Amino acid sequence: MNILLNYIWAFLIFFSILCAAFTGRMPQLSQAVLSGTGSAVTLVIGMTGMMCAWTGLMKIADKGGITNILAKIFRPAVRFMFPHCDRDGPAVKAMCMNITANLLGLGNAATPLGIAAMKELKKCNPTDTADNNMAMFVIINASSIQIIPTYTATLRAQYGCITPFDILPAVWVTSAAALLVGVLSAKLLERKING
Amino acid sequence: MADFSSYVVPAVMLCIVLFGFLRSVPVFDTFLTGAREGLESSVSILPTLVGLVMAVTMLNASGALDLLSSFFAPAAHLLGLPHQVIPLALIKPVSGSGSTAVLTQIYKNCGPDSFAGRVASVMAGSTETTFYAVAVYYGSVGIKKTRHTIPSAVAGDLTACIFSALTVHLFFGD
Repeated sequence: MNILLNYIWAFLIFFSILCAAFTGRMPQLSQAVLSGTGSAVTLVIGMTGMMCAWTGLMKIADKGGITNILAKIFRPAVRFMFPHCDRDGPAVKAMCMNITANLLGLGNAATPLGIAAMKELKKCNPTDTADNNMAMFVIINASSIQIIPTYTATLRAQYGCITPFDILPAVWVTSAAALLVGVLSAKLLERKING
Repeated sequence: MADFSSYVVPAVMLCIVLFGFLRSVPVFDTFLTGAREGLESSVSILPTLVGLVMAVTMLNASGALDLLSSFFAPAAHLLGLPHQVIPLALIKPVSGSGSTAVLTQIYKNCGPDSFAGRVASVMAGSTETTFYAVAVYYGSVGIKKTRHTIPSAVAGDLTACIFSALTVHLFFGD
């Protein structure tokens, strides 16, 4: 992934300088280097308080065992989406935990849980081709199902928005629609694209 | 909308602290442990953010961002999106910090409560770094042939783009 970012970052720098040379905006560009780096630091400092408060609160929920409780609630839905998995096997358990962590916005916890789930799924599939379960699981992880997008809201607040959480209903509807399209198209395509 | 949304965060806070209390979690100590983790990830993201915010600010100042946006304006129009959010739609599947950088630029240029600012916020809040997730999860178990994963994930992302404009129209009426 970093290889791709290498190209993107280099492209952004080259393209900007080239553009500035043609449009005569070199003074603005060199000013932007200074202000851009400065505003990145201000941004992080401004957001740190809210991020700390949120990870702190989530730690309380986590320590109280909320992930385990919610993972049990989501188990029927997960069984429906992964009908070929052992119903009470470790793969289903790990996937439930990962999905719960994603819903709560515990990104740092979600990724290791997700990798653990992939390793469980891999035990039934020794090839280098993804099976339907793996594809479905990755598609769910590739669509955002976070209930409260704290990061985006904090960023909005940094730029003077007084009601940064007013986007919540729109975010919920949009996430649900995207997840639905992802899951349904996977169910449709998995029969057509065989490994 | 502001009325309802101002209740969400306090309600979540109340639930979490109450839940922790009932499960006999040492709430303040645990809060501090978690907050420290938040601080660490904030600090560790700083170099990436400096690099990318610098690049995107340069892109904006040179006029290249406008050029890029107007180049994609017909596609944006087709999806019902304001053209300012196209750079965000392009970078979000690849890089989280990159999309933060682009998002701050949109807020700066249009304002967080403008139509473009709201659509960008909804888009950022309801999409994930798709290609990054695919690379990390398949990479961890040595899967090379991903079959329908990318088409389905991209279909989901496109849906999110279209819905971000639709839902902002619906909930904010502008």
